[in-house]
Amino acid sequence: MKLYEYLAKGILRQAGVPTAPGEVVDTPEQARAAAERIGPAAVKAQVLVGGRGKAGGIRFGNTPAEVEAAARAILGMDLKGYRVERLYVEGRLDIAQELYVSISTDRGARRPLVMASAKGGVEIEEVADEDIVRRHLDVEVGAWPYVGREVARSVGLEGAQAAAFADIVTRLYDVYRRYDAELVEINPLVVAPDGRLVAADARLNVDDAAAFRHPDLPVVEEGTELERRVRAIGLAYVELDGDIAVMANGAGMAMATLDAIQHYGGRPANFLDAGGGASVEPTAQALEVLVSMHPKVIFINIFGGITRCDDVARALLQVRASRGIPVPVVVRLVGTNEEEGVRLLREAGIEAFRDMGPAAEKAVALAGGRS
Amino acid sequence: MAILVGSETRVVVQGITGNQGSFHTAQMLAYGTRVVAGTSPSRVGGREHGVPIFATVREAVEKEGANASVVFVPARFATDAALEAIDAGVGVLVLVPEHMPVQDTMAVLAFARRRGVTVVGPNTFGVLSTEGRCKMGIPPNHIYRPGPVGLVARSGTLSYEIAASLSAAGLGQTTAVGIGGDPVAGLTFVDVLERFEADPETRAVVMVGEIGGTAEEVAAEFIHRMTKPVVAYLAGRAAPPGKRMGHAGAIIERGRGTLESKRRALTEAGARVAEMPWEVAGLVREALGARAG
Repeated sequence: MKLYEYLAKGILRQAGVPTAPGEVVDTPEQARAAAERIGPAAVKAQVLVGGRGKAGGIRFGNTPAEVEAAARAILGMDLKGYRVERLYVEGRLDIAQELYVSISTDRGARRPLVMASAKGGVEIEEVADEDIVRRHLDVEVGAWPYVGREVARSVGLEGAQAAAFADIVTRLYDVYRRYDAELVEINPLVVAPDGRLVAADARLNVDDAAAFRHPDLPVVEEGTELERRVRAIGLAYVELDGDIAVMANGAGMAMATLDAIQHYGGRPANFLDAGGGASVEPTAQALEVLVSMHPKVIFINIFGGITRCDDVARALLQVRASRGIPVPVVVRLVGTNEEEGVRLLREAGIEAFRDMGPAAEKAVALAGGRS
Repeated sequence: MAILVGSETRVVVQGITGNQGSFHTAQMLAYGTRVVAGTSPSRVGGREHGVPIFATVREAVEKEGANASVVFVPARFATDAALEAIDAGVGVLVLVPEHMPVQDTMAVLAFARRRGVTVVGPNTFGVLSTEGRCKMGIPPNHIYRPGPVGLVARSGTLSYEIAASLSAAGLGQTTAVGIGGDPVAGLTFVDVLERFEADPETRAVVMVGEIGGTAEEVAAEFIHRMTKPVVAYLAGRAAPPGKRMGHAGAIIERGRGTLESKRRALTEAGARVAEMPWEVAGLVREALGARAG
């Protein structure tokens, strides 16, 4: 779960990380009022996409009138598919240097990782490897001040600045732990002309699996409307841009099913994992979603381990009876209770496939073949 | 022989009276697993499928000699269950639950390292040894046959698909191991490959990977040095970047974890990489034939 910049900033500020004064607004008039309190300001679209600046989502104003005009220009904008409905008006910073610092989870090392660079202000993946300092932490020890001091030296900081940087690293680690973060990032961490360090932009991504421990965090819904709808019924779903709707059981099988469609020249419309042991009801709900997508073909690929083939067949027949399925359905069905599942489908005039390859090939052919 | 588990494995099921725990305990027993104890906050002193129920793992270890635990409690209680099992002195811990907080997993793994405990998962289908008739986890009993192939996978159902196709082709398995679909996991591909390389019964290894992270690339460095042939299938060719494909770990982030990078690394390491899951069995036969000739 990603948090909006203003929420991330609020959490950092609370943790003692220096930030510029800022206010959340959702009208140009509020932006003007905020600027009267704050002074020259940056007006920043609150959307969960990177590269807001380049896309026109950040503007500056020196007077309240300019800030209001900037807000008017940004509000309602479409930023990489997201409509801007909220702005963060933040005191404008003078910049001597831009640094980068983050704490994230290193999957391979299975440890938290501090990353820092003297070349901040651009996405970290665009920074050359030799310009990034990496320092793993031990979860049983944490980030003591010496870690921050060492990293500060490695990015070329000295004296009071190094001390301020070290302090920020310790506080970032506190936020990382307290909020079950996958990533907490300050980029850029601005060095002001007077030498102070200030967090100019911040990201805080919280582990979805730990959301139950943070009921106070506002849930920021991500993804398209359909993606949200399917996730609400508890299934993993990703929208793609093809015309063959897909359902499989298990994440790996669902991925492999998309790959098989692509292998035969077709285009999958979605990723849908109906679960490793789904029963009739959730499977029927998943199918209804596929029908509502108006695909050219629906492809169901089931290897019944825990999932029972007869349950899948019943779900399919239930949806067909209740709302109709106006497009061809290709079913591959093997595993637990296969005979019963295949028999139910055959009685309803559907011939199930035994093998995944030929089934995928058939689905692609029915969708109009190679595209 | 088999790796990780075998006929000497005495299993305690944490959460034995829950829906999942109860169902899979019956399945594990049917497979031949020595399930010697279960834990549950309710029905202490009773039995589930004939297995005695205890309040704590420590009692299961002391009274029934449990030396391995499989966890079926809901994800938010799994951290506590895992730490309890490690502290009670089990040697192997299988974490089935999906959606354990990642920072909890890191803490569990750190504790396990200190105590010398092998952790499988989280978010795994578990481990199954054909020779030792031991299953800790959830894979369907009927698809595996004894044979020369070691199978290691991130994903459950996809590995069942491949195990079944191997069995159908007359290529049985020594052990099937699920390393799990989470971003941070206990056993890695390399840990399992090392064990298969050292296992005299295993003559070839099938590795089922997917997009996300760099575990397959790291595995490739080890495969370079292996004497046994490795056949790999990688899922997620059609996955767009930045989207989680069901598994928490299956995501291409900031340019890392792409299928192409994994395929290149594995191919360069000498592994045979199947384009599609149904090609795996043929490649294994070819690899074993080539080795014998």
